[in-house]
Amino acid sequence: MNSTAVERLDESAQAENRRAPRPLGDHLLHWASWSAAVAVLLVLGAILVMLFVGARPAFEKFGFFHFLSTAEWNPVTEIFGGLSPLVGTLVSSAIALLIGLPMSFGIALFITEMAPPWLKRPVGTTIELLAAIPSIIYGMWGLFVFAPFFADHIQPLMTETLGRLPLVGALFQGPPLGIGIFTAGLILAIMIVPFIASVMRDVFDTVPAELRESAYGVGSTTWEVVWNVVLPYTKVGVLGGIMLGLGRALGETMAVTFVIGNAHELHAALFMPGNSIASTIANEFTEADGEVYTASLIALALILFLITFVVLAVAKIMLIRMTTHQEGRKA
Amino acid sequence: MTQPDAMTLNRTGDTPPVDTRIALDVSGAVGETESPATETQTDTGVQPKLDVRQLNFHYGKFHALHDINIRIPEQKVTAFIGPSGCGKSTLLRTFNRIYELYPGQRAAGEILMDGRNILSRRENINKLRAKVGMVFQKPTPFPMSIYDNIAYGVRLYERLSRHAMDERVEWALKKAALWDEVKNILRQSGKALSGGQQQRLCIARAIAVKPEVLLLDEPTSALDPISTLKIEELVTELKDSYTIVIVTHNMQQAARVSDYTAFMYLGKLVEFAQTETLFTNPASQQTEDYITGRFG
Repeated sequence: MNSTAVERLDESAQAENRRAPRPLGDHLLHWASWSAAVAVLLVLGAILVMLFVGARPAFEKFGFFHFLSTAEWNPVTEIFGGLSPLVGTLVSSAIALLIGLPMSFGIALFITEMAPPWLKRPVGTTIELLAAIPSIIYGMWGLFVFAPFFADHIQPLMTETLGRLPLVGALFQGPPLGIGIFTAGLILAIMIVPFIASVMRDVFDTVPAELRESAYGVGSTTWEVVWNVVLPYTKVGVLGGIMLGLGRALGETMAVTFVIGNAHELHAALFMPGNSIASTIANEFTEADGEVYTASLIALALILFLITFVVLAVAKIMLIRMTTHQEGRKA
Repeated sequence: MTQPDAMTLNRTGDTPPVDTRIALDVSGAVGETESPATETQTDTGVQPKLDVRQLNFHYGKFHALHDINIRIPEQKVTAFIGPSGCGKSTLLRTFNRIYELYPGQRAAGEILMDGRNILSRRENINKLRAKVGMVFQKPTPFPMSIYDNIAYGVRLYERLSRHAMDERVEWALKKAALWDEVKNILRQSGKALSGGQQQRLCIARAIAVKPEVLLLDEPTSALDPISTLKIEELVTELKDSYTIVIVTHNMQQAARVSDYTAFMYLGKLVEFAQTETLFTNPASQQTEDYITGRFG
């Protein structure tokens, strides 16, 4: 706006004796939003510092990489290594993603491309309700209902079939307990499906009708449309949904603690009990006596923090690469 | 159908009647003052590619098309004109059954393409869409490279060697008058092109499958005048090889590019005639009112 326009506005305001805008309110808003934004950074920084300081005794005694690469966990001799919970966290999350991702894709595909209108909303709402169930309920259901069923019916079947395959056969061994890394991965899969599926459904819905119609218009089948057109069009959003689910799986504590077995052991067999970082901390923090024991648990927490940070960073880098890739092509 | 069959006329070598309207449908909409006997059909030596018989269309409870009868001549450009909501796009969308994507949209009646009812459940919808290509109002390049945009549709139906595919892509892009502009950037994203180029890419994509019919649903309404002109030139060139049906809001466009024009109003086909006849000597008062800009 040029000065004459401002003057004219001023004149008209004077004519109606209008209240001038108060600079004070604007200042307040300015500082309020600034401090809110800075507070987030401070909290994050404080958590990181606290974790570093708390974990220092453990790293000093064992060394960072040595701590990461040993599986021994002995409170009596005060020798701790984080390999077993680290592997447990990564493997159970990988299982969750391996099972949950295709399921979520199928659900989103069904809701957006195939379901009759009267079924879309009920299925969609049910999926969202799954996300609202507290994780302790998943844990209890997993321990009391799913684990016995899995031990009696599914696990023997898998050992009989998959367990006999060369190479991967070793993964499907173990006593039919029903609890272990694999069960934890399954429960996690059920827990992350609502997140991934609802994000996928939402981004699939953003595909313009004309684009879908022209994909069908050249004679594609539903699968061809989704795989070749819808998925590439929505890849950024889909990746975001996957990362959301992965983040939840990595940090999930309660449900995993119930079904993972809580043993500081490292096995190739997925049916054997194990532990994850979150479950170890939840189980042992109250009984951790001695500085090194506590410090080792805090060190695990720091490692979990770093893993989720890396996952997020990788996701961001992938997103940036995808978008610059497209823009670079535009130029 | 009371009209004489175009093919019969052709065989018997009748000279064309003076009146050049063909396959006029006057059911209810107009013609109160006209007797159906004046409905005549020109013998233009053209066979109908699509023969629409008693087509009715419903969006849920809304009756969108009423008893449409029309014969789309082969290897000609046929334009559908009429005010918004008259059903011209709806009619076009029955020709490749794209409306079936949406539950609640139903078509009843017959559309014969080379004698086969394409609305029949037994007709393979994917094969039908390979024969009837469609280009939409907004350019819709697929999220892939320019090359793959063209090759995508071809791969659905044909296994071509790399070399043959390259040739097909080049052929389609040349047909769509886009080759010179994109031949050095085939690996770039289709979205990197301008709107007019994208629309020609979509036409090339439709052509690449070697369809028999090309449906254009207001293909230039989102484009600038120069791109519009290019598309119109393209349509004129393509009619030697394809049967083209174009829906347009723009009467000048219909007059420029089409051989035949159908005027639709409120879900009914009011008049269908050679373009020149329809614009210079319309039989129906409604058509005249519309083309002279009195409504619509």
